[in-house]
Amino acid sequence: MASSEGTVSATDYIQHHLQNMTYGKLPAGYHRHQADGTMSVLEQDTWTLAHSSAEAKDMGFMALHLDSLGWGLFLALLLGFTFRRVAKTASSDTPRGLQSFVELIFDFINSTVSDIFHHKNRFVAPMALTIFTWVFMMNLMDLFPVDWLPFVAQKISGDSHLFFKVVPTTDPNVTLGMSITVFLLMIGFSIKEKGAWGFIKELTCHPFFAPPKLWYLNIILVPINFLLETVALIAKPISLGLRLFGNMYAGEMIFILIALLFSVGLVLGLVGGLLQWAWAVFHILVITLQAFIFMVLTTVYMAMAHDIHDEEH
Amino acid sequence: MNINLTLIGQSLTFIVFVLFCMKYVWPALIGIMVQREQRIADGLEAADRADKDLELAKKEAKKKLHKAKEQAATIIDQANKRGSQIVEEAKEQARAEADRIKTAAQAEVAREVSQAREELRGKVAALALAGAEKVLESSIDASSHNAMLDKLAAEL
Repeated sequence: MASSEGTVSATDYIQHHLQNMTYGKLPAGYHRHQADGTMSVLEQDTWTLAHSSAEAKDMGFMALHLDSLGWGLFLALLLGFTFRRVAKTASSDTPRGLQSFVELIFDFINSTVSDIFHHKNRFVAPMALTIFTWVFMMNLMDLFPVDWLPFVAQKISGDSHLFFKVVPTTDPNVTLGMSITVFLLMIGFSIKEKGAWGFIKELTCHPFFAPPKLWYLNIILVPINFLLETVALIAKPISLGLRLFGNMYAGEMIFILIALLFSVGLVLGLVGGLLQWAWAVFHILVITLQAFIFMVLTTVYMAMAHDIHDEEH
Repeated sequence: MNINLTLIGQSLTFIVFVLFCMKYVWPALIGIMVQREQRIADGLEAADRADKDLELAKKEAKKKLHKAKEQAATIIDQANKRGSQIVEEAKEQARAEADRIKTAAQAEVAREVSQAREELRGKVAALALAGAEKVLESSIDASSHNAMLDKLAAEL
């Protein structure tokens, strides 16, 4: 409960923990509530940090979640640096320490990808590696007790009301950002492999198609196919992103609820400590599993994009 | 919970990270892993080959040892034969030498005997002449009795 000032209500505490540090544009004429209760009106469009959830909401699309992006970037750099160092110093002699650990991950990714993806593509395996390790690291931030890093950030910034979420994958922007990228790659590879016409045919001539004798039936069937296939296609990135987000968000939420127990009293605080430990242990499984699922599904989608249906149409 | 520019920022980070891994990390490390696999396979194969080689060498060594033993036996045999042969030869030679020396000695003896006899004969003639001179106390014409004396000497 380090971040709350003692008198903060449970609802405020939870809401505060679920708000990202948002840097965005507030329009001219916007009424801002100041910390001391006064109100001020902005004279022109202003890029600033949101002081409340309402402000963050009012910023609309033109806003950045500095905490999600920052942690995501930091973890990406950490991984990239580690991998690069290992790749540079690696030798084909007996691997030791960090190298053998990284090779273990590489081997795991490589065998998983080659089980699922049978086409020739230099992009897919590195992408699977990136997704698995990066998502895992972002999920791993969940295991830090919910108040530690925000407390540090608040002390450093001097703002006791600073919003600071440390788990990037509890931000739908992050998970959807990745899944939409995967989706665009999927469409890109699909068109590259089958041609634009092949891609359109896949969307419209599937699953129902009338034989040439009854060609006029296709006039009805093609829109139906298109509808079905488009829904199925769109569902892929949405489900991919939301699955990860939902799991991590729920896990984070339970950590926050458990953290609430610490303020209630000694006995419940101890129970809370025990619960937090138990949930964290269980969560190790969840974060690994979610990272793995994201990786496998991405690879499966890539394989689907490369698979050519050998049906005569 | 709002959808905003973070989405695009995350996408860009993602793409850059993937491209980085694709270019600088994945091929390098996978290459090294493949290389190691190759080395291990080569090593195992070499070990197998070395085992086979060792067995062959052992067999070869055994064969060679056997052959050497046989050869040694032959050489010893030959040496023995040769030795006894040399001894025989030496014996033979010694015997021949002995014979030769004996013959030479006999010849010497015979020669000396005949020489002694010659000498004796000559001296007998002179002695007989001197005796007869003394007996007759007169000088005998040597030339007139020479024939008779020679005859006498030859009879000795």
